[in-house]
Order: sequence, then C-alpha cells, then structure tokens
Amino acid sequence: MTEKTVSEIVARCEALYEDLNFTAAREWKEAEPGRKVIGYLPVYVPRELIHAAGMLPLGIMGGGDNLEVIHGDAYYQSYICRIPRSTIELGVSGRVDFVDGMLFPSICDVIRNLSGMWKMLFPDVYSKYFDVPQTYKDEIGGVFYTGEMRELLSDLEKMAGRKITDDDIRHSIKVYNENRRLVNELYTFRSEKPWQAPASEAYLVIRAGLVLPVEEHSKLLRQYIDAAMAEERPIKDNSKVVVTGMFCEQPPLNLIKSLELSGCYVVDDDFMLVSRWLIGDVPTDGDPVHNLSQAFLHHSMSTAAKYEPDEKEKGQFLVRTVKNTGAEGVIFAATSFCDPALLDRPMLQNILSDANIPYIAFKYAENSGQMQPIREQAGTFVDSIKLWSAA
Amino acid sequence: MRPSVVKAKPADALKDASMIKQKEMMANHYNRLTSSQENGEKVASTFVPGNLNELIMCFDLVNNLPEVNAIQSGLRKQSGAYIMEAERSGHSEDVCTYVKSDLGMMMKGNIGPNGKELPKPDVLLLSYTGCFTFLKWFELLREQYKCPTIFLQTPYMADGKVTPNMIQYMVKQLKEDVIPTLEEVSGVKFDIDRLREYLGKSAKAEDDLVYILQSGKNKPSPIDAYFGGIYYIGPIFGAFRGTDDAIDYYRFLREEVDQRMLKGLGPVTPDGPMGEEKYRLVVEGPPNYTSFRQFWKMFYEEGATVVASSYTKVGGTYDYGFRHDPDRPLETLAEYCLGVYTNRSLPMRIDMLTDYINEYEADGLLINSIKSCNSFSAGQLLIMREVEKRTGKPAAFIETDLVDPRYFSAANVKNRLESYFQMVEQKRSGKGVAA
Repeated sequence: MTEKTVSEIVARCEALYEDLNFTAAREWKEAEPGRKVIGYLPVYVPRELIHAAGMLPLGIMGGGDNLEVIHGDAYYQSYICRIPRSTIELGVSGRVDFVDGMLFPSICDVIRNLSGMWKMLFPDVYSKYFDVPQTYKDEIGGVFYTGEMRELLSDLEKMAGRKITDDDIRHSIKVYNENRRLVNELYTFRSEKPWQAPASEAYLVIRAGLVLPVEEHSKLLRQYIDAAMAEERPIKDNSKVVVTGMFCEQPPLNLIKSLELSGCYVVDDDFMLVSRWLIGDVPTDGDPVHNLSQAFLHHSMSTAAKYEPDEKEKGQFLVRTVKNTGAEGVIFAATSFCDPALLDRPMLQNILSDANIPYIAFKYAENSGQMQPIREQAGTFVDSIKLWSAA
Repeated sequence: MRPSVVKAKPADALKDASMIKQKEMMANHYNRLTSSQENGEKVASTFVPGNLNELIMCFDLVNNLPEVNAIQSGLRKQSGAYIMEAERSGHSEDVCTYVKSDLGMMMKGNIGPNGKELPKPDVLLLSYTGCFTFLKWFELLREQYKCPTIFLQTPYMADGKVTPNMIQYMVKQLKEDVIPTLEEVSGVKFDIDRLREYLGKSAKAEDDLVYILQSGKNKPSPIDAYFGGIYYIGPIFGAFRGTDDAIDYYRFLREEVDQRMLKGLGPVTPDGPMGEEKYRLVVEGPPNYTSFRQFWKMFYEEGATVVASSYTKVGGTYDYGFRHDPDRPLETLAEYCLGVYTNRSLPMRIDMLTDYINEYEADGLLINSIKSCNSFSAGQLLIMREVEKRTGKPAAFIETDLVDPRYFSAANVKNRLESYFQMVEQKRSGKGVAA
C-alpha cells in the first residue's frame, strides 16, 4: 500500500468534515442491507454499545459554519446557542434522513429539550435522552448508569433484531480501546511537537472518527501519526496553550487556525470529547457493561457538564492538563449562551489564578466568521506570556 | 358591565386576605432565617423544584431558597444592581439571572427582604431537578460558603415515564448520601415517622391547592392562575410544605376562592376586583418579576385572566394526581422530584398545556419566554406551534426575563399582548388568525 502524505490524509478528513450530507455514513449503511446508523450529540455516549449491535455510531456536532440555517432559527429564540438550531436544520432538511436513531446525552437543558423536540419532529426515528449519573459511587451512580445502558442495549437489540452478547460488547470495547490509544498518542505527540501536528489538522483527523467506522478511523489515525512524525516542519516561536470550553458546539475550523496563526500552539483541548472521554483502556474481561460503567465513574474526563463532588478537585483536571502538556496559558472559549461553560468559567479562572496560570476568555459560535478580534486577543495573550515568562 | 376600577397608587396595591396572610407567612419565615444564628437553628439552602422540605424539617433545619431570594430582589427592584455586580466580577451576561442576582446579593452584604443579613447556609442541598443550572449554581455557592454540599440527582423524565431504575437511584441517594449527611450536619437522628407525619400534612394542603388551581375552570375564574398563582404557590413550593401553617393557609384560601365563586367574582388584582373576564388564557413560562405589577396590569386592564399556567407546577404537578404519600416516604419524595414540570419531557409539557386549554376552556396559549431560563425556554416555539395545531386556539409569544430589568421592554410586551387579544377576537368572530 502506498503511504499517504499528511496533506492527502488531512484533505480526506477535511472533505469528510465539510460533507453535511454524511455521504461516508450513508455509503456504509447502503453497503449491506439491514445496516443501521445511530446519531449522537456531544459530549459522550458509550459508542461501544452501538458498535456491538453492528450499527454505526455517527457523531453529529451541529452544522458548523458551512450550513445555512433556514428552518432551524424558527425553532429557537435568539438567546439560545447555535448547535440545536443547526442540528434541527440537519434534520428538517433531510441531511440525516438515513439515521435510524438519535441519542441526546445529558449536557445541558437545551440538548435535553432537543431530545423531546426530535421525538415530536421525527416520530418515526428512535430518539433517546441518554442520562448519565452525576454521582459516582458504584452502588448508587454505578447501578443507575448500568441500568440506563442496559435499557439502551435493549432498545438497540429491538432495532437490530438480535441479541447483543457480552462477547459482542467485549469485542467493541477492544476496538474502541485501540482507537482511544491512538487518539491519545496523537494528543501526546501534538503536545510534545505541536509544529509537527497542528491542532487544526489533529482536529480534522479526530473528527473523521465521528463519521467513519471505528476500525477505519484507527487506521487513519495510525497513518496520520506516522506521516506527521516523518514530515519535518519548521518550529515556530509560538506559545503552548490549552483551549477549554468547546466541548459541545464545535468551533469553526478557521477559529482553530486563527489561534495558531496568532502564535498559539494548541497542545490540549476539549473538542469532541467522546473520542477520549474514557481515560485508559476499559477492561475486556468480566461484565462489559459494568466495566464501561466503572470507566465512566472513575476514569473519565472532566468538563463543565459534569458535577464535581469534591471541592478540592474542582478545576484540578484543567490545572493538571496544563502542567502535563507544558502549556503556558489557557484560553477559555465558550459558545455564546452556553450555560455549563459560562457558569463554570469564573470558578476555573479563580483556580488558574491561584495556580499562577495565565488565561484569556472569549465567546464564539459554530458559524463565527469574523476572526480578527480573536486573532488580536490571542496574539496579545501570546505576547504577554512571552513578555512575562521572559521577565 | 365592567365594574369601575379604583385606580390605586403603587403603594396602595390591593390584596385579598389570603395574599396578606401569605405575605405574613413569608415575612415570618425570613425573620426566622435572619434570626437563625441567635436562635441556634441551622440553615439548608436548596431549590424550589425538588424541594425536600419535609425531609429538611426532620433535621430541624431552616429552608432557604436562593431562587425565592432572587424573586424577592426582583420584586424590590434590587436585582438589576445585583446582576451588574456579578457581571462585573466576571459572570457572563448570557447566563441565568437568578444565579447572578443571588451572587450579586451576596457580594453586597446578602441582605434579605426584611433588611437583615441572610445567614450563611450550614449545608447546600443540591437537588438537581429539572434545571442544569442548579448544578453550577451550588458549585459557585460552595466556592463561597465552603460548607458541605449534598447532591441529589433526579433523572429526567425524557420518555414520559418513571422507571424503577430512576426510583431506585433516587431512593439510594436519599438513604446513603442525603439522609446520613443531613444527620451529620444537623446532629439530629433521622426519624422516618416524623417524615411520615410531615408528608401526611403535605398531602392535605396539596388537596386544597389543587382545588384552588382547578377553580380556574369556572367562568369567570375566581383566580388568576399566573400572577395570583405566584402568591398561591409560595408557601407550598417554599418552606411551608408539610406544616400546619400550610394546611391552614390553603384551607383559608380555598374558602376565599369558594366565596368568590359563589358571588361570581373574578380574581382580585392590585387595582381592585377584576372586571369582566374577556379573555381566558393559559400561560407557559415563568413571569417577569422586576415589573411584575406592570406586567399583570397589561392583562387585567384588557380583561384577560390566566386560568391555568405551567409555572405553578414547577414545584409539583399535583393537579395530575400526585400527592405525597406517608406510606412510602422515600419513594414519594423521589416521585415528587421526578414529576415537577421542568423535569417533564417536551411532549409531556405539550400534552399538559393542550389539556389545560381544553379543560379550562381557554381562548389560547401565551408563552412568556425567559431569556435566562433554558430549561423552560428551549423548545417553546415548537410547543407553541404544536399546542396551536392541536387545540385550534391562537398562541402568542413574548420575551422577558426573570429578574433582569434590562430584558423587560414594556412597550414591546404591551404591543404583542394587544395584538394577541385582537387575534383572539378575530378567531372568535370566525375571521381566522392573521399570520
């Protein structure tokens, strides 16, 4: 097999990213009769269960900046974020008409209510609000979460017309463990040599995993990492930053590029957290649903959509990320009207101040077009980091 | 003929006897709160939806509700300054104004409606029911108060049903987290019979509350189930559910409503008895509190009475049959939390509003969409269309905010309401509804 270059791989990923008709997922479905596709929104769903049912999990992260929202705005007031309106647009315009089911994870009240709207607007499509525990004791939150996953499994079995065995789930866990390892390898590589794997490229490569079968995506990740390691790129005089607050509505690609152009090496972020929500491998022996539950409760990432029961731990995930990646500052980038991110931000800022970590904050929408103010703000931030660290 | 209305000055707002009694109860409660330290009482802060007042009383704790404090600040026109204070300290202009009013009030000395400083809570009982913001709100308060925080998660009733998994999850949280921590904080041992006693009292008051709310089915309605309804729900959604005071209040209110029904009278407004009932409305969404009286006036001046509202169900959907059940004390608390209006799925909310329009023979649905409340607001435009389609009655949409005066545009709201009443007239006269 001819090895692909970085630009070839990235070009393919960009084409997948820009394809709002989800052609790759459509083709997967059409390739064999009886195949089913289950869409999901941010932040996290256990994709292993969908995979175990022989179905394709399809990440739907809104419409981005290339989708003209015509119908979606008629469903939302001006003071509600953009992802639900562009998601509705994808629905009513027929772009996701091949999707057999939709999962709406527990993130915030807007996505929660969108689950009910989907039921009303698309009554023939399976639609489920996927509740997750906000308490993390095994015998309480763990039992509840296991129950919720078993309910989802039962629904998937009905749709698949077959039993999903523990071995099916174990196999899917193995496949996703491999995928997470590769995603984490890419993040580590990026944080160590950000000039070799720019955030805008890494974003596209990981985002491809939302529409491709996981096995194919893992191959793609391997190809990209190998190609990016092999290709020598010039080191720039950039500052390493962590970007946080983008866990739901995704930034336009231009925003990530603008941060890089303004002198930032984005060495960590919370884009598409589903790809690395579970930290480390999920065990493949024993009860697989229990194992997924344990991983969620005790080995998962932190985000504003999650309750932190221990006050001392509040914000420490972010502080550790900064330290582990060698970042010099944090950029809080929240979607306009995003309750979780914007309510969380002042607490996180206080914690960063205590840890002497510099930060800036701005808001965006998935269709933000004007990048000049963000470039100026980020550029000034980088300058100030250099100035103060040199002092 | 419409009775002549005596125009009263703002200070002379007329209230019926039950409203005066309710005000006294609330004032007494605030006095108890602000005297808690000298009286040796401990304080639990918690939220209205998912308010476990009966349980809190089992530990001799005094119930403090930050949402109600924000409402009081709104009614007293103090919330605007509090919100600005919170925004100056880094809180976004985009987020819930209850939260910012509460934080701003704290920054400015935490002075309650009785002019005295509200106590620091001894415990934050984070009943995460029907509103994501609650979760962050109490993380923010925990950062300030450094007191124990108890978390109780109420799963969302997304599929229109309560599953055994949901009940078991909640009961386990109550048994293994909530009750032991309340024992620890209060130093009082949990007595389930005491809880049963309070729950029995709750059910009695709930019977009368339902009778009162359903009196809106009469023509004319003896109550305004939105603006007047705010007064009616105060005690039972707040610190009085499970008390003799609540039983007495709702019995008293019921008698008052009965009297008005016997005489064929409408509700009492701040400007006196309501005149002719020209329009019967169902309202979805919370009210605006910073211009509460002005807002209400836009309705009663036009002869519009709200006969049913969803806001009066945020602290419990008793009219759908739920009663606290002393025989199943923990399960009943779980079911109570699960059933509150904002924990119900969008299709369930549509069903409720459609039922209200039909059962209360309303002329239509008015949605007051609140800028800073996504739990209510996200999806309301679909609700409006669907209810309109199902009932054939006109619906309208206005936008205000809970306690942020910057988002109450009186002229816009009045214009929209006047247009809406014209739509209702057109519909009645068979001319159809203008697009």
